[in-house]
Amino acid sequence: MRPSRLTASSNSGTTSDPLGRSATALRPRFRSTSVRRRKEITAAYLFLAPGFFLFALVILYPIVRAFQISLFNWSIVPGTASHFLGLHNYSRAIHDPIFWRALENTGFYMAVTVPGQIVLGLATAVLLDAHVPGRGLFRTIYYLPVVTSWVVVSLLFQYLFITDGGLANWILHDNLHLVGHNIDWLGTRWMAMISLGILGIWKGVGWAMVIFLAALQGVPVELKEAAAVDGAKAWARFRAVSLPAIRPVIAFVTVMLVIGSFNVFISVFLMTKGGPLDETQVLLTYMYRWAFSYLDFGYGSALSFILTLIVFVLALAQLRLFRRPAEARS
Amino acid sequence: MVVGNVRRAHTVMSARLALLSAGAVVMILPFAYMLSTSFKPNALVLSIPPQFLPHHATTSNYTQAWSSNQFGHYFVNSLWVAVVTTVAAVLLSAMMAYALARFRFPGRTVAFGLILVGLMVPGLMMLIPQFLLAKKLLLLNSLWGLVVFYTGGNLALNTFLLRSFFQDIPWELEEAMVVDGGGPWTRFWRLILPLSRPALAVVAIFTFLASWDEFTWALTIINDPSKYTLPIGIALFQGQHSTSWGLVFAASAIAIGPVIAIFAVFQRQFVSGIATGAVKA
Repeated sequence: MRPSRLTASSNSGTTSDPLGRSATALRPRFRSTSVRRRKEITAAYLFLAPGFFLFALVILYPIVRAFQISLFNWSIVPGTASHFLGLHNYSRAIHDPIFWRALENTGFYMAVTVPGQIVLGLATAVLLDAHVPGRGLFRTIYYLPVVTSWVVVSLLFQYLFITDGGLANWILHDNLHLVGHNIDWLGTRWMAMISLGILGIWKGVGWAMVIFLAALQGVPVELKEAAAVDGAKAWARFRAVSLPAIRPVIAFVTVMLVIGSFNVFISVFLMTKGGPLDETQVLLTYMYRWAFSYLDFGYGSALSFILTLIVFVLALAQLRLFRRPAEARS
Repeated sequence: MVVGNVRRAHTVMSARLALLSAGAVVMILPFAYMLSTSFKPNALVLSIPPQFLPHHATTSNYTQAWSSNQFGHYFVNSLWVAVVTTVAAVLLSAMMAYALARFRFPGRTVAFGLILVGLMVPGLMMLIPQFLLAKKLLLLNSLWGLVVFYTGGNLALNTFLLRSFFQDIPWELEEAMVVDGGGPWTRFWRLILPLSRPALAVVAIFTFLASWDEFTWALTIINDPSKYTLPIGIALFQGQHSTSWGLVFAASAIAIGPVIAIFAVFQRQFVSGIATGAVKA
């Protein structure tokens, strides 16, 4: 921002710079500033170009291309033509019962993991937002699953959730006697989705916690104390003071977690492989199956693009939802 | 009254500690059990009651995991890919962030907007076109194919984080160098980068871990077993020896060892990096 005062001053006459609006106030004082301005622009492009070229090539171009491919019966054999299908791949999805099941499963995964991570992450952050002995250690332990690879934790939970001899059933059945028989965690649709959800929450709680903790520590102590002097009980105090103060951060975390939950792939791919009989497919495992097992890139791309649209719509809806009350208050 | 308050505060603190400890047990137990299993002979991995301290502890899983399937080779592949990606992605994103934070130029808003789009789009939606692109660029089945796409994939987040850090560096410091005739490259290299070491450490760690752990892209483009990375190698143990859990977790322990070491050393940067990114956004 600041360099503009120095460098953009000669730019007032040109319209090419969309950001040069405020520059009119500073008429060019030196002839050399024009040369310098041009040099600075060149320098900026040189700094930006290498990275942006790569970013455009491997991220932006594929985004556009995903949509293009989804309109074709894409041929992967070199030399043979791909047939343009229009929106056929999309109507195919609408009539595909497994697509709807995958969407339902993904939605279920979101409905379990997003509130789970937010509630537990926030609760942990509140507990840690005090002079607790061993605070750093707790934070490290809660954060450990976040830095561990999805491949490792997926295999680990598959092992813990083994029906006969798995640790989860030993604790619940043999030890606590909470259940009458060993649970078949990964063998049926909803139990498997719940197991995947438990893994998702366990892996992500630390991430939400770290962000909430940073936000809570930003709430002025005087505010919290003022509420305490008023005799406000802890819960009421939390609701009246801390919660509104960290509202934007809750919004941010929610949006990120929703996007993340629609990206669920590795755990399903390794733990249930979408089975039994496609019962636990999620959008991305189903997309992967069509693209890289059946080599139907057109349909796979249509599924990817539907996923992207859903994520965008949900993200925008949430941002609006979170914004409105805050604006009304101010 | 005062005594009552002290006693009450004491109770509240005890409750806090009890809840936090219970949570900590849930977080750490799977890892502890995983380590324990990695030292068990295969006959005991599903024994009931489970053995937390194996009676016949053995390191044979580790020696076997390391020697079979060229696992040592996978380790070297992962390390090479992660190091090259980290150097490239940090340098390129720092340059982009410098341009966006310190210069005005036509197209700046658009460039930044496109970077935000890159942050929002689900990473795997581009898998098919990226695969076709890699094929065209002859990057299938090569470690360079991993490096190029991991680097490109990490640029958006890194640039976003570094840009906000660079904006907080006082312009007066750069102005002094301008007066002394320092060009943009000198300012970037001699001033901005040295002052941004903590932020650079954060993005370097994120990039390193992301490439070290990446599974799906490697699974998709690598077929040649000599070019597998660790996540692929570990998943392979599951496929080949679906009951050899000791082997799977010995391999897993080898793979997450460096990650946990990095995390333990750079914990503070980690936490501050995530938090600033979020609280600023």
